[in-house]
Amino acid sequence: MADPKPDTMDYYKHDEVLDIDYTPPSENWMDIKYDPAFYERRAGSWIYTTKKQHIEYLGMPNPHDWSPTDEDWGLPDNWKEIIFNGIRERLDKYRSFKIFMDCCVRCGACADKCHFYIGGGDPKNMPVLRAELLRSIYRNDFTMAGKILGRLVGGRKLTINVIKEWFYYFYQCTECRRCSVFCPYGIDTAEVTMMGRELLHLLGLGVNWIMQPVASCYRTGNHLGILPHGLKDTLEFFAEDIEDVTGIEVDIPINQKGADILFATPSGDFLAEPGTFTCMGYMMLFHELKERYGLTYTWSTYCSEAGNFGLFTSKEAMKRLNAKIYTEAKRLGVKWIIGGECGHMWRVLHQYMDTLNGEIKEGWKEAEEPKSPITGTVFENAKSTKMIHITEFTSDLIKHGKLKLDPSRNDHLNVTFHDSCNPARAMGIFEEPRYVIKNVCKNFHDMPPNTIREQTFCCGGGAGLGTDENMEMRLRGGLPRGNAVKYVHDKHGVNKLACMCAIDRATLTTVCEYWAPEVDVTGIHELVGNAMVMKGEKEQRTKDLRLDPLPGFEDAEDDDV
Amino acid sequence: MNVLSSLVVVLALILVVYLGVDKAGLTALFGTVLPYVAIVLFLGGFIYRILYWAKSPVPFRIPTTCGQQKTLPWIKPNNFDNPHNGFGVFVRMVLEVLFFRSLFRNTRTQIVKDGPKVGYASNYWLWFLAIAFHWAFLIVFVRHLRFFTEPIPEWILGLQAVDGFIEYGVPVFYITSVLLVVGVAGLLVRRLFSSQLRYISLLNDYFPLFLILGIALTGVLLRHYVKTDIVSVKEMTMGLISFSPVNPEGVHVMFYIHFFLVTCLFAYFPFSKLMHLGGVFLSPTRNLANNNREVRHINPWNPKVKLHSYAEYEDDFRDKMVAAGIPVDKE
Amino acid sequence: MYDGGKIITGLIIFLALVTFPLWYTAASGDASYTPDPETPAQGNCIESKEYMNAWHMDMLDDWRDAVVRDANRVYVATDGKEHEMSLTMTCMNCHDDKEKFCDRCHTYLGVTPYCWDCHVVPNQQGRR
Repeated sequence: MADPKPDTMDYYKHDEVLDIDYTPPSENWMDIKYDPAFYERRAGSWIYTTKKQHIEYLGMPNPHDWSPTDEDWGLPDNWKEIIFNGIRERLDKYRSFKIFMDCCVRCGACADKCHFYIGGGDPKNMPVLRAELLRSIYRNDFTMAGKILGRLVGGRKLTINVIKEWFYYFYQCTECRRCSVFCPYGIDTAEVTMMGRELLHLLGLGVNWIMQPVASCYRTGNHLGILPHGLKDTLEFFAEDIEDVTGIEVDIPINQKGADILFATPSGDFLAEPGTFTCMGYMMLFHELKERYGLTYTWSTYCSEAGNFGLFTSKEAMKRLNAKIYTEAKRLGVKWIIGGECGHMWRVLHQYMDTLNGEIKEGWKEAEEPKSPITGTVFENAKSTKMIHITEFTSDLIKHGKLKLDPSRNDHLNVTFHDSCNPARAMGIFEEPRYVIKNVCKNFHDMPPNTIREQTFCCGGGAGLGTDENMEMRLRGGLPRGNAVKYVHDKHGVNKLACMCAIDRATLTTVCEYWAPEVDVTGIHELVGNAMVMKGEKEQRTKDLRLDPLPGFEDAEDDDV
Repeated sequence: MNVLSSLVVVLALILVVYLGVDKAGLTALFGTVLPYVAIVLFLGGFIYRILYWAKSPVPFRIPTTCGQQKTLPWIKPNNFDNPHNGFGVFVRMVLEVLFFRSLFRNTRTQIVKDGPKVGYASNYWLWFLAIAFHWAFLIVFVRHLRFFTEPIPEWILGLQAVDGFIEYGVPVFYITSVLLVVGVAGLLVRRLFSSQLRYISLLNDYFPLFLILGIALTGVLLRHYVKTDIVSVKEMTMGLISFSPVNPEGVHVMFYIHFFLVTCLFAYFPFSKLMHLGGVFLSPTRNLANNNREVRHINPWNPKVKLHSYAEYEDDFRDKMVAAGIPVDKE
Repeated sequence: MYDGGKIITGLIIFLALVTFPLWYTAASGDASYTPDPETPAQGNCIESKEYMNAWHMDMLDDWRDAVVRDANRVYVATDGKEHEMSLTMTCMNCHDDKEKFCDRCHTYLGVTPYCWDCHVVPNQQGRR
């Protein structure tokens, strides 16, 4: 067998990964060099750069092909001026940026709150130091003390090495905001990282794993570049499996004008297991609601993505990708919108969408304050955005007894729940998903309190870092989460990690395989799909949505296949 | 290095005022001129910094939510850690500003080798030192108003009485004197003994600690060990605030050292991290209600961007859509 | 969103608080008041005026301990003279009016000594 490469899990021995040294190096952090040799040595902890074509397509600055292992990064001649102007512009635009640059007292409360620091020990992954990477430049050139005293007061000159350092560390932050929970001034490293990445984009420096999806999403409506007919094929394929499991032929409404609800979800759910099973869960749920209560919904090919890698790029990119949601809701004339299970997507939908694209709602005649026609519940909390989270919707249905559920079908599962960073810390949706899970599964155990809810840990692959070439950082960043999963596995026999985030479903699969191999990952609506007794379904299901035999329900019919 | 230079700076300040007053007799400079300069710098700098922050908008509503959101009527929202209205924000800010709510959450993360396990232990030390220091400093500051008011308001006397209720020594030792020294010294020790903290600490971090420690220690010395005629001192301070400064004879140089260090603190304040005093109120992750989907937040510079319209999209993919039987707007 | 109104309000409250001594004193009009304790027309105190100014409270504290704990009632001053350690008998023999002597500075400086928690203030004639 060939030697494993740095982009595979097998390359990393547990002992070596766990040999974490928290003692900072003797060298001052400002003096560390980020030359080609550094990047070559650190393969497995940085992400391939954006291909020129995507930057060109999006009309962003300085498209060029380059690699961090090059000596010359192909920056424009006036790159310093661009960065300084960029910082000045952002200081004028964001009070948060000014406050977060000025107020840090370096108390260190954030230091051991970052999953990358916990799992790696690199001092520049302490949130305070990550912010200092940018703050040192701000201090040197934008504050009086720094202009006079320079390095003495923590300023440093902007050099190419600084840019090379930024590229490494601003793509080692998953914008999860855990540090911000503990900061006495609420300094949010996600905000700092966003500024850092926006500045790098001014020089044409980005990573392909983010920018290709951004370009695809702008063109095709989703990150994966699935074309309209491809989406239809995919959903039809899911429908076949659903029919196999339940005996019901679910319908697949696409771009249907006049439906009650537009449903938008991350496109990851169309492509990769286990997200695909969650997608099947949605289809079953909406089919059931139509059959029982006459509620209609539609998918959209134009809006075949509610996730938004623009969040990891710039506010402008985020706005461009997000606009299609309201545009499509208005065009199709739906009453309101439901969003699927996704993490960063909900940060965008909850904290950014209405501000960025609220104008588009003008002229959307059919728009209503979201009200479940089935239960009569009015979602006042989404009065303005007209968009609610699928677990808000489903938990309300369950609370009112509108779904027929047989949780015993999930009896072989012992479930825990991973709060995804953004829905947790940029929204606060804790009880809804737990309520749904507890009603469809009898065995549920939360992970330790320091690892869930507002203190939840990132999967290690958020904010566009969930790609295999970044495997080392993903495994290191996944350690706190993986360890907590292992803990409930050992203590309570947990064998299923539920989560409501497409990136989680992809990256936690790896994290669990490495740190808690007996546990695998599921979406919430996969559990719902399995437990829901649908109107007119076959007498006895023998398989779950993964087409695996349902323990305790196997029978002779299985042999037919 | 940063530690040493900060200490040297503070010691140099002490030396300057010692030589200036004791040898050169510059009591008017240290007793009148510099305090006025410092207070102008403080007030001007403070206002400037706040307005500098205020000039930039808060383009997005980005509270860090630390509790259950308000959604369905049967789910209890946590209005103090995840406020959904003005009252919740008010309580959250009060908890943050007065009781350091976020620091109280602090934990210590450790790797337990044999396991392997990542362990989390509660860690109240930072919170305790911070709260002891800040509250003690505030009370000490307010107590000093006895030198700046005539007649002294009853409530200041009341505060003194409470602070000195253990009635130990003459004049009585104040609890806050001890807490202030313990708090500052503790924060300093913490910074010095943790290798991670040492790695991130700047001169800007050590200097205020040494400065405030200097202020606290000279204050304790003045009250209990190196006494001076405080009637003269009050004549001096009252002269300052009534803009008819006097510099009475016979005030001990220790007072001038104490007073000059305070002067330096005031002058330094607006140009340093100490402005977190104002900044904590303006942090957008704390001072906004998490009612994003209920009330639209307006961004004054909402970017104008090029969009890929539905019509353009359909033009790109119409053939494929029609072939797959997906409805289109234009056949 | 700027919230300018709230920030300005906050700033004004802050300024009002930190400038409290200025406007309080301006309102009271007593800024130039200096205490004028009445001292006996003749005779010297047992120690120098400067010493007594700064240290009288410590001396009284020492006296109390010496008298109560060690039954030692004799204080030998710097000039070698002996005095009885007694607030009411020695000090107040000359400084016989608490209100016109003790209280003037104490009130000015906000000092509330606990002498009078136990001692009875001698009557204005200064003799019991």
